[in-house]
Amino acid sequence: MDKKLGVYICSGCSIGDSLDTGSLVKIAEGEGKAACCRVHPFLCSREGVDWIRKDLEDDTADAVVIAACSPRVKTDAFAFDPFTVMERVNLREHVAWCQKPRDEDTQMMAEDYLRMGIAKARKMEKLIPVSETISKKILVVGGGVTGMTAAKESADAGYEVLLVEREASLGGYVAGVKSRFPGHPPYAETIHEGIRDTIDAVLYHSKIQVLTSAHIDKIQGQPGMFDVEIEVGGSIVRDRVGAIVQATGWKPYDPSKLGHLGYGSSPDIVTNIEFEEMAAKGRIFRPSDGKPVGSVLFIQCAGSRDKAHLPYCSSVCCMTTLKQAGYIREQNPDAKIYVVYKDIRTPGQYEKYYKAAQEDPLTFFTKGEVVSVEKKSPIGLAATVADTLLGGDIEIKADLVVLAAGMVPNSADGEAIRALEDAELKARTSDSEKQRAEAARKAEELRRHKGTEILNLAYRQGPDLPALRYGFPDSHFICFPYETRRTAIYTAGAVRAPMDSAYAMEDALGAAMKSIQSVELAAQGQAVHPRAGDMSFPDFFLQRCTQCKRCTEECPFGAIDEDEKGTPRPNPYRCRRCGVCLGACPERIISFKNYSVDMIASMIKAIGIPEEEEEKPRILVFMCENDAYPALDIAGLRRLKYDASVRVIPLRCLGSMNIVWIADALSRGFDGILLIGCKFGDDYQCHFIKGSELADRRMENVKETLQRLQLESERLRLTQLSINEPDKLANLINEFADQIREIGPNPYKDM
Amino acid sequence: MDENAKPVLVIGGGIAGITSALEAAEAGCHVVLMEKSAFLGGRVARMYQYFPKLCPPTCGLEINYRRIKNNPRITVLTLAQLESLTGTPGDYEATIKISPRFIRNSCTLCSACVDACPSERPDEFNYGIGKTKAVYLDYAMAFPAMYAIERSACKEGCRACADACIYDAVDLTQKEEKKTVQVSAVIAATGWAPYDAARIQNLGFGSFKNVITNVVMERLAAPEGPTAGRILRPSDGKEPRSIAFVQCAGSRDENHLPYCSAVCCAASFKHANYVRAQYPDADIAIFYIDRRVPGRLEDFLQKLGEDEKTRFNKGKIAKVEEDPATGSLKVTAEDAIRGDRTEQTFDLVVLATGIVPQTDGLPPGFEPDEFRFINNRMEKPGLYAAGCVRRPGEVSAALADATGAALKAFQCAVRSARHG
Repeated sequence: MDKKLGVYICSGCSIGDSLDTGSLVKIAEGEGKAACCRVHPFLCSREGVDWIRKDLEDDTADAVVIAACSPRVKTDAFAFDPFTVMERVNLREHVAWCQKPRDEDTQMMAEDYLRMGIAKARKMEKLIPVSETISKKILVVGGGVTGMTAAKESADAGYEVLLVEREASLGGYVAGVKSRFPGHPPYAETIHEGIRDTIDAVLYHSKIQVLTSAHIDKIQGQPGMFDVEIEVGGSIVRDRVGAIVQATGWKPYDPSKLGHLGYGSSPDIVTNIEFEEMAAKGRIFRPSDGKPVGSVLFIQCAGSRDKAHLPYCSSVCCMTTLKQAGYIREQNPDAKIYVVYKDIRTPGQYEKYYKAAQEDPLTFFTKGEVVSVEKKSPIGLAATVADTLLGGDIEIKADLVVLAAGMVPNSADGEAIRALEDAELKARTSDSEKQRAEAARKAEELRRHKGTEILNLAYRQGPDLPALRYGFPDSHFICFPYETRRTAIYTAGAVRAPMDSAYAMEDALGAAMKSIQSVELAAQGQAVHPRAGDMSFPDFFLQRCTQCKRCTEECPFGAIDEDEKGTPRPNPYRCRRCGVCLGACPERIISFKNYSVDMIASMIKAIGIPEEEEEKPRILVFMCENDAYPALDIAGLRRLKYDASVRVIPLRCLGSMNIVWIADALSRGFDGILLIGCKFGDDYQCHFIKGSELADRRMENVKETLQRLQLESERLRLTQLSINEPDKLANLINEFADQIREIGPNPYKDM
Repeated sequence: MDENAKPVLVIGGGIAGITSALEAAEAGCHVVLMEKSAFLGGRVARMYQYFPKLCPPTCGLEINYRRIKNNPRITVLTLAQLESLTGTPGDYEATIKISPRFIRNSCTLCSACVDACPSERPDEFNYGIGKTKAVYLDYAMAFPAMYAIERSACKEGCRACADACIYDAVDLTQKEEKKTVQVSAVIAATGWAPYDAARIQNLGFGSFKNVITNVVMERLAAPEGPTAGRILRPSDGKEPRSIAFVQCAGSRDENHLPYCSAVCCAASFKHANYVRAQYPDADIAIFYIDRRVPGRLEDFLQKLGEDEKTRFNKGKIAKVEEDPATGSLKVTAEDAIRGDRTEQTFDLVVLATGIVPQTDGLPPGFEPDEFRFINNRMEKPGLYAAGCVRRPGEVSAALADATGAALKAFQCAVRSARHG
């Protein structure tokens, strides 16, 4: 049944001064077939909102179009039942505030926007609340301090937990250390007691089930419905969980790669891990002859901050060295301790430990680069250090050299594993020899990922979280540190970023919070970040699917699997509602009830295209609703003026841009099309990770369309824009409009 | 969560407080988020870009504001200060003083009041540089999207704004209000303030115009800032050709802040990027003790290291002197690597001032450590600190912390429901 559209136009905030609202009403009532259309001078007032509410209550209207200010503001005033179809038309920021008042072009713009809003509302369907029985159990992978803390804190919040540890006992690395930093006052002391209390708290918690010597064979399904198969002692344990915390920790950087620092050349050159083991056992001695050590050299950044090894800073080694220097001092008040560093990094309150160490008269800190470490005869070691603060090279003699080796995240790169599998398959099955050779070369490059699986996700895009950089599997590490590219799977501790045990235990809390949140939202059929609370789900009209696999490959969150034939198998609870799949699909078979290819196409269709002789170009602008759209609002707020030929359609993400819209628009006679998305590349700003980049890639196909239509390629432009660039945006629109005028009208206009 | 569960109170509407509030609320918890100023956003709203991605903070803020707008479980109170807190974990009573905004919710941001207002106030958002009208909006994307009036800046008897407003949004008779809420837990996310650089006498801040602080640098670089995004010398508005960054301005100094403020290195490296984006030929010198950029922020340092006109000088600053004729600054520093002293002249000196925890007005129970940070999350049930008031750190660390604090508070809320 057709909707009864209520159209409500605000004439306040200079909308009424700028526009002829009477004409807008005519459009709504005439071609818009609105069930009712009302104009209020202050629509967000109680009276205005009551009009709308009353129309909804007495069934005068069952869907609402509000033509007033930006949908970003007055959300509290226009807050109706979330299942009611509502579309907001931005007549204020995007028309009245940025265009000449009482001008023909301004009026046309407003009328088009109203038509577009009505067209969209007509196509939108009421959302239906979805709720499935889901598991709220949290799976914690890794039984070190991070995993144990995540398990205990989740359980303390009332959630069942399944904790899986691959070793025979809980505790991880920290269980074996002599002492650690507490991370809280008093800062001058280290904690010597082990982590027995934490282990016990986990083992005896009524809500935590612990599996040790366990291996995850498979995780299949989606948030709220992950089916897990875990191998324990030859048998398989099956369970259903709702969310996952990956707390798989770290591994020490492979010391065999530290030959340049002498590792392997003498038993008296050890890593900080080996030194810790020695200290934890009790006596510190020289491994070669068991004698006490009179001098020790710590070499910082052994592997870290080094492009040839670990390009990042491992963050904890400075503190570890200070701690270990303390062990030596405890056993030998006269030992000389040398620390060669690039920079001493003891952030925050940790500075106090450094200060205390500097006060030790026999501990010497030297900035410099270690050039070599050599054995002296008959015994002892000597390091040559360059670029020191003392000028020139110096030689430091020591009984023992400790390499402050860095931390490597104990992660697996799901995308790389998948790429390896693909390459291996192609190397065997490709038709041409050249392709097979190319694939074999690629497979070789990716070989190191072989057998690294941890989570064993049965996901089309690979069995583990994709890594962003250096193996750390996050996606927005500044603003949303726990976000990964797999819904309801969060990382915590040293697998997320290098950190010490005190930080890692706290880090576990955040990942546990996110996991709890994801199961609670899933239970209500709602999306998680960044579209938290969104209750729409994608629908796939699979009868028309051609198995092109674009959706399964492009989904930034790996939400879509596929069967043997390549038909997508959606996992709606993994979906983040960005619409990238909808943009990818050439058959246009993916849609949301409130966002679809057809909906946007009908908005494009609703825009009036003036005749060629009117010399009024029309430019269609697709823009990211998260960043570019607010920037355009701000341009309005600041009353920046820009060309009236543009018609803006906000998209959930530029990655949801379907190229059929471009073809439609060009064949309808639009003179230019501007696509504005977030920055992409290494420092991407896209909230859906690679949406704008995918849109850019689709441009290649669009260029073919342009060529086929014999249209100038300059009619189409994709630009990256930050949210804080409203001036640039207004200028961009003007400059593009000028360019389009120069090119001249689209020849398809009058066809 | 059980609807009987008591809400969580979050003090501080900066990025840490916003994050704590949202993470708890999206998990089902009711939250009261209170902020002492008129708008959310805190320190990060005043930053031009985040390191290391050089992306605008408003990008993440906008998403978070949308999450707040969409979430009926969050109540935002601005111009709010905690007056008292009594009770026990799971069962607190908070009394909150709400100062009048003089603007009602019906405000539409139409700006008629701003156009009509004849009075000005120092622009606090810009650290006192420049002025706004007495009726103001801190920044264009500010939340809540409604003006506020600083009544003390108004001319006596003036009603220009009220007369100009056709939406009945100005109410000059508003009085201070008290609000009492029952809460299960309290998160203090009260953030930080820059260390008062004027106290570091040898660095010349406050005496020499061209000695500025890192937080002011953010405003100079911001397109919305007082110079429309141009980095210019305060003394004469000229483009600086040489800029010195002085690290640890107050931090790691027993006479000032004995701890490391943890973010100033990366912040200055970011500022060097700001300078380079505007002035391809400017000479940049960074005076430091240690360059502290943990984790993958190391990339940021390495990349700056590739800049041919950026020099790193390990060594403390002895003094900064001004040439009164030109406003240029002579910096005398130790060069620890060469083992001697160096004297260099710069057009602009930027002090990397440190982070001072903001603990004023926090109720008893939030116990400060020896540096005045509130670092007591695990020990004290019910009262949790998050972000830079707990430990100096970059945004991502503060947000991880804020998310963790949300869980601790969430646990209290769950228990409060169980116990009725």
